[in-house]
Order: sequence, then structure tokens, then C-alpha cells
Amino acid sequence: MKYLCLVYLEERMRDALPKAELDAWIRDALSYHETLRKSGHFLAAQALQSVHAATTLRARGGKVSLTDGPFAETKEQLAGFILIEARDLNEAIHAASRIPGARYGSVEVRPIWELNDLYSNERD
Amino acid sequence: MSGEIGRETAGESGGDVRQKVDAVYREESRRVLATLIRLLGDFDLAEEALHDAFRAALEQWPRVGIPANPRAWLVSAGRFKAIDAIRRRARFDALDDPDAQAAPAPDDAEAWERESVEDDRLRLIFTCCHPALPPEAQVALTLREVCGLTTEEIARAFLKGAPTLAQRIVRAKAKIREARIPFQVPPPADLPGRLDSVLHVVYLVFNEGYSASSGASLTRHDLSGEAIRLGRLLVELLPEPEAIGLLALMLLHESRRAARATPQGELILLPDQDRSLWDKDKIAEGCALVEKALTSRRFGPYTLQAAISAVHAEAPAAEATDWPQIVGLYDVLLRADPSPVVELNRAAAVAMRDGPAAGLALIDALLERGDLSDYYLAHSARADLCRRLGKNAEAGAAYRRALELTLQEPERRFLERRLAELQAN
Repeated sequence: MKYLCLVYLEERMRDALPKAELDAWIRDALSYHETLRKSGHFLAAQALQSVHAATTLRARGGKVSLTDGPFAETKEQLAGFILIEARDLNEAIHAASRIPGARYGSVEVRPIWELNDLYSNERD
Repeated sequence: MSGEIGRETAGESGGDVRQKVDAVYREESRRVLATLIRLLGDFDLAEEALHDAFRAALEQWPRVGIPANPRAWLVSAGRFKAIDAIRRRARFDALDDPDAQAAPAPDDAEAWERESVEDDRLRLIFTCCHPALPPEAQVALTLREVCGLTTEEIARAFLKGAPTLAQRIVRAKAKIREARIPFQVPPPADLPGRLDSVLHVVYLVFNEGYSASSGASLTRHDLSGEAIRLGRLLVELLPEPEAIGLLALMLLHESRRAARATPQGELILLPDQDRSLWDKDKIAEGCALVEKALTSRRFGPYTLQAAISAVHAEAPAAEATDWPQIVGLYDVLLRADPSPVVELNRAAAVAMRDGPAAGLALIDALLERGDLSDYYLAHSARADLCRRLGKNAEAGAAYRRALELTLQEPERRFLERRLAELQAN
């Protein structure tokens, strides 16, 4: 089963960190991806640029409208994600609890909705 | 089949079998459900299978007799029905085996029995109390799935509307399924953290059985028994002080079961109880557990409440109760777990130590704050103290307020008796 671990944190807090601490965090994050890869849990991971770089769009009646910024203004912003493979929620929580970002912000663990399953005859 | 189905009840009338099926349902349905959830991996599917299994029992047991091991029969029957249903849903109708409609093969019963059924119940309770579920949903789901309460009963116990409760349960089950919360007892490293929510839920279940929140019967023995059994299992699995304290608390309350009501179901309060009816084995076990929990020095609210209950249990007569010690324990409890109900109980203990006027002043202050203005025990305690102080008009008003607030029949009759006695004087 796939879970998307969404890392939320306050960008302002992150931007205010001393460079040495931010560097250590990035090293920890990359090394944790490697750990997850070796244990067979890793599917994908990326860090995101600031919400200042975000553009939100809506397509209605063939017309696309754009707004500057993220979908919602929140106290903590989406800063990155790790897509993992886990046996169940307990294993996913275990893996997510060691994401370095969890020490600074919050990690939302969302099960992936496998749309392909909708067209399958077999229950898994 | 013949190895599994006993013939000892052949010849019983349909009505007798119906009664027997009802009895088996009361005793076994939750255990059967827990095992079906493990085997089928889905709460809703397991519940459906449980009901199909009992329907099959009602059809077949009058003809073939009641099986020697009804639980094994029901698990196998439920599993067959579920597999059958899955096949049909998967449009494999053409492959349906007519044998799958009939009663289960003995092999299946043996296979599932090799796995401990007790473990299934523990898996179920840890799954229902999973911290990824909202706390209210943990309680509702445990009462529904582990204890078999109806949604209406849970709603009444928690002063919520039945549709709200039903929605909570549906959402919790959906989360278990969609997020894949495993049907597991947590590994040792995670156990202490997971235990707190389980203890809370177990104690609520015990209270539901010890003093049902409404209806004609004061106690629902099975529920309290289930809670104590779950408590024992938890202590065995993880002898943490608070798990031990909770078990002690439940045993000490349970020890007074025979003394707390007349054979007609009339309520008898602690000071008026016939202490020779108290269960000495449960008291001895409860007191020993309290001491064990206290010596750990990592105890909490459950252990403290158990210690208070143990002081009562050790008094040979109501007049011999060590009230200063009880007030002292309530002081510690209030610091560990502040709540208006604990304050009310402390006020009642102060009334015993220092006289009714001292207790009444505390209760009036509590009621003035408004926290307990809809809690019938606050008004009946107030009524009792007013009565002892000779304030009969005030006592009468407080008993009537308490009567308005309780739905439970024995409590109502008790309050009505007190009110009648008051008016006779």
C-alpha cells in the first residue's frame, strides 16, 4: 500500500535557521531517503520551493484562471513529500516519524487512493 | 460435519434452540466477530458474516442439533458466507459451489483455533483504540465492536444523538479500511503509548456494565465481566502500573455487586450494604494489585481510585471507614486528574470526615460553578446532606431535581423512596 507523507512547516521558521542547521537537515533528509530506499519503502521524494513561487489555477468552462500563491493560506506550508510503500498504517507511521522534517513541522500521512482498483474484479 | 456437530440437543423444540442461539449470541458473538475480522480483514464484511452465521444457526441447529463447539461452527459458517458473498460480488456466480452454502468443514475450525481467540479480542481492542482514530470514535467503536452495544445505547451513555454516533462509527471503520490500520497488537516498543487510550476505553466499558446509563437493569454483568477480562489480558500483556490499577479498581467495584442491590433490584448505597456479601476473593486480589501498582511509584488516576476503593473494602463496617485517608487520597487524585466529579466525591468524603455542613458547602460551590448542574449524583448528594442537616424542603427540591436528571429505573426508585421518607417525616 502506498502512502504520501506530506511535510508541512513554517517557511519563515525554516528560512530563519542558521545555515549549518539547514545544511544538516538537508543531509539528514537525503540520507533518510537512502535508508528508506534500502529498506524497500522508498518510491519518490522531493522538497518544494517556497509558496512564494506557487501558482494556483482553475479550469472552468474551458477557461483557465490563475492566481499567485498557494491554494490555501495556512500557518504551516507544504514543504515537501515522500511517497512510500508500507504494509499498513503502523508501518507508514513508523517510517514517517523518522522524516527529519517531522522534528520541525508536521507530517500528514495520506493513504493513496489506487484508482486502478476501481476497475478490478478482485478484492485485495 | 459429524465430528463437529453434537447430537446432545436433538429433540429440543424450536423455541429451546432459539433461546440457546440467543444465549450463544450474548456469550460468543464478540469473540466470533473478532476472529472473523482477522480472517476477513474487514469490519463490515465480518459483521455481515456474523449475522449470516447466526441466521444459519437458527435454520440448521433445530435440525442437526447444537454443535459441540458453537463458536467454531459460527466462525466457519461466517467465513463461508463471506467468501460466498465476495465471490458473488466479484461476479463469479457460475463458479459457486453449492457446498459453500452449507455448514462449514471441520478443518477450518481447527485452522482458526490454532490462533488464539484471546489474541483476536486484544487485536480488536487495540485496533478500535488506535490513536489515528479520533478519541470519541475509539470509545464508540470499542463499545460497538468489542462489547456489542447498539448505537442507541452508546448514544444514550454519552448524551449524544444516535445519528452522530452512527456517523462516527462509519467514519472510523472507513478510516481503518482506507488507511489500512492493521488488525494487530502493537509491538512492545509502541505498547506503553497505545495503552492509555485502551485503558480509558476499558474503564468506560466497565462502567457501562456496572451501572448502565439507562433502562430497567442496574447492572449488566456481562459487560463488566468483559471489561475485567480485557483488563486481565492487558495486565498479562503489559504489567504497567496503571493497567494493574485499573484492573484493581474494576475488581474492587465488582466485589460489591451482590451487595449493591436487593433481589428486587433496589439500589443499596455503600454505607447500608451487607458487607458479608462482598466478594472476599475479588477484594483480596484487588487490594494486592493496588499495592503492587502503588509500589511502582509510576501510578496514576486509576491506581488512586482503586486505593480509595480498597480503603472502603478493608473497613469491617461503614462506621469504621478511614475517612481522613480517603480525603487524603482524593487530594492526590485531584492533583493527578482534576475533574468536577472527583471534587464531588471528595466533598462527600469531607462530609463524612468533618460533618454534613462542610460537605454541603463544597457541593454548593461546585454547583454554583455550573460544571455539574445537570449531573444527577450532585443533586442527590446535596439532597442527602440537606436531609442529614434537617433542611427537609431543600432536600426535597434536590431529590426532585435529581429525579428529573436520571433515566435509570433503580436510581429513580431509590430517589422516589428517599423523597417519600422525607415527606412522611
